[in-house]
Amino acid sequence: MKGLRNYLDKIKPSFKKGGKLEKFHSLFDAMETLFFVPNKVTTSGSHIRDAIDMKRTMIIVVLALVPALLFGMWNVGYHHFLMLGQYADKTFLEVFGFGFLKVLPIVIASYVTGLTIEIIFAQVKKHDVPEGFFVSGMLIPLILPVTTPIWMVVLATAFAVIIGVEAFGGAGMNIFNPALLARAFLFFAYPAQMSGDKVWISGLASGEGVIDGFSGATPLAHVAQNELSKLASFSDMFYGFIPGSIGETSTLAILIGAIFLIWTGVGSWKIMLSGVLGTLSLGLLFQWIGVIHPDIQNAYFHIPAYYHLVMGGFAFGIVFMATDPVSAAQTEKGKWIYGFLIGIFAVLIRALNPAYPEGVMLAILLLNAWASLIDHYVIEANIKKRLKRAKI
Amino acid sequence: MPHKIKIHKGLNIPLLGKAEKKIVQGSLQNGLFALKPTDFPNLTPKSSLKEGDKVKAGEVVFFDKNKPELKFTSPVSGTLKSIVRGERRKILEFVIESDQLNDSIQFNTGDLKALSREQVKEFLLASGIWPYLRQRPFNIIANATDTPKAIFISGFDSSPLAPDYDYILNGQETDFQKGIDVLAKLTDGKIHVTVNDQFPISKFWTSIKGIELNSISGPHPAGNIGTQIHHIDPLNKGEVIWHINPQDLLIIGRLFNKGIYDASKIIALAGSEVLKPSYYKTIAGACVDILLKDNITEGNHRFISGNPLTGTQIGRNDFLGFYHHQITVIPDGDYYEFFGWALPGLNKFSFSHSYFSWLMPKKEFKIDTNIKGGKRALMITGNFEKVFPMDIYPMQLLKAMIIEDIDLMEKLGIYEVVEEDFALCEFIDTSKTDMQAIVRKSLDLIVKEMN
Repeated sequence: MKGLRNYLDKIKPSFKKGGKLEKFHSLFDAMETLFFVPNKVTTSGSHIRDAIDMKRTMIIVVLALVPALLFGMWNVGYHHFLMLGQYADKTFLEVFGFGFLKVLPIVIASYVTGLTIEIIFAQVKKHDVPEGFFVSGMLIPLILPVTTPIWMVVLATAFAVIIGVEAFGGAGMNIFNPALLARAFLFFAYPAQMSGDKVWISGLASGEGVIDGFSGATPLAHVAQNELSKLASFSDMFYGFIPGSIGETSTLAILIGAIFLIWTGVGSWKIMLSGVLGTLSLGLLFQWIGVIHPDIQNAYFHIPAYYHLVMGGFAFGIVFMATDPVSAAQTEKGKWIYGFLIGIFAVLIRALNPAYPEGVMLAILLLNAWASLIDHYVIEANIKKRLKRAKI
Repeated sequence: MPHKIKIHKGLNIPLLGKAEKKIVQGSLQNGLFALKPTDFPNLTPKSSLKEGDKVKAGEVVFFDKNKPELKFTSPVSGTLKSIVRGERRKILEFVIESDQLNDSIQFNTGDLKALSREQVKEFLLASGIWPYLRQRPFNIIANATDTPKAIFISGFDSSPLAPDYDYILNGQETDFQKGIDVLAKLTDGKIHVTVNDQFPISKFWTSIKGIELNSISGPHPAGNIGTQIHHIDPLNKGEVIWHINPQDLLIIGRLFNKGIYDASKIIALAGSEVLKPSYYKTIAGACVDILLKDNITEGNHRFISGNPLTGTQIGRNDFLGFYHHQITVIPDGDYYEFFGWALPGLNKFSFSHSYFSWLMPKKEFKIDTNIKGGKRALMITGNFEKVFPMDIYPMQLLKAMIIEDIDLMEKLGIYEVVEEDFALCEFIDTSKTDMQAIVRKSLDLIVKEMN
């Protein structure tokens, strides 16, 4: 530790302005601040500062993602061996190990691509490397199917960072959640690799050794195709023993992350709660319509409203994507409206749009775009109140 | 009680080194004293004396070049030892060496009741006591040509390690009452005194006549004058409210009771690096070295005149600020911490639960001056609101200040806030933005635009 510090102090001058490694200043700074909290002291305003910083905030979100990541790795192996009819013979480690080896390259691809671009931009624009990609780099793998080719991960990440973040002025200035943007980019550019029944399970597309009658369809697909008899049980969906994107299947793992985010104060519980309320309210309305009109052909009118919470990417989206403070509404009142509308639109797109089986991604992106508008009206109300007071 | 306010938003920062309730009567009459023009925003000082001139307590040392009626007088008698200048010959300090004689100029105020508003103002201006009166908006010295809609006094200070006013004021009812009577001459509105509802209200406050005695309960910034104004009589554009610290009001009281500028006050010496934190009887502008001698720990320290949230950094041998009633000594944070952002952090205080220090809610922390992170864009939302007990959107107002959009600042409530109202936001800010500097700059900008 002391040796490392001495070494960093020794090589630091060559990264400074005029040093021979000046081009790598941002990289050096990122590495140095990764190992050591800087020795800078307050020079104006409050002499003391809270121990929290952006690195701590982001690492907490990454930690909150760990349960979903670990479960996702296991689930990849589970479904792979289930497909081959070999699950009963495999040990836990073999199952997890298989998934681990499938997921790890995607995570590495995402981080290497994103951080490289961030460091280059930081160097050119002469600012510190922002920590936002700590989280985005983990989110991107978790919302992709495990069969996504590595080059697609690289392409999507590059798109998200350059067009989604840097084009708007860097971390903190972006309008859309970068990870979701990466997902949306792939979804529209390469729909065949992002949807259908074959993409969710490693090895299913090749068809080798697949046992008879095995389907890789997600619960959302079953509902969309009106195959309610094939729909997984609520508990399977809640625990996550279903096909889906790597990190999104286990509502339980996500819930653990959500509790962690709320307790540490990093994630907004208002967005999460209002998102759930929005989903349930429209879900219940559809359920009620389904009860009085039993002949409706759409299966979304015949499932319990709370199924929406455990199917597809809803839980993951509302906990980890919708709560991104940069792209969400920024006022506390606005957050209630923002979350609620995400829930409404997610159900609306799922149930009434024939083109897209999953609505959460589009619902969040839509509300990202509306977030400033929501804030605008919340703040206008505050301004009006102040003006009214002045007249009296 | 006319106003009984409850706030829930805010934060008491549990700092180590609270002053023990014991008043040390040091040999503080001797030594050096200073008037620092830098204590007053937007002031261009012009000296009335030359170095080496003799000066009496209450005698004018300098005045504001733009408003010559604003005079600043010596708190003690002695010699003007030096005029310390900084960059571009800006005057930083007028240092006066006390002769320990306490030779004061006599102001024959006569019977207060018989005096007109203008005559009262005249005495306050001539004696150099006027600058203790400050105004909102803008947190500057009250403009003597205004008549404020109300005058506010906060009966307590809720900032970290702040002195206990009930303790300090005890026994000084006569001077305080006289001070209130003087204030009553200056406004047609009410004089609001707001006390802390978390403790039994002391007899001191209930014995004072001519005031609206309000109470407020809740965490810091409950004691901030801005918080109290917002909840009692919020400021609108064009309105002015004056405020004064209770100890400074005693100085006004003494002028009219004794006819002299008696700037003695009791201050708290606090902070984790003070060996014996306690109260000291001293005089405005006193040099702090006598207080700190043999009373601080080894190592690099930050010396602060005022509290750690809003105070001014001073040197080991510098002077107490004009408006300050507290000297705080905390450790300097000039060190690298290995993986500091990743450790459990049992000894790190955070408003969030992101460090495990929340496991010890009763613990008092030693917080140093390290920024504890890098400066970033304002990314995290919803936190400032948790420590900002006003119906104002702090983040949006701050952004309006950053882009210098005065129109938008007005709409969002700039007239109700000053630097100290953003101190807690600055403290908890994840992006380490220097907010109080931004607020001060914006207020100065508006003052400049209005003239």
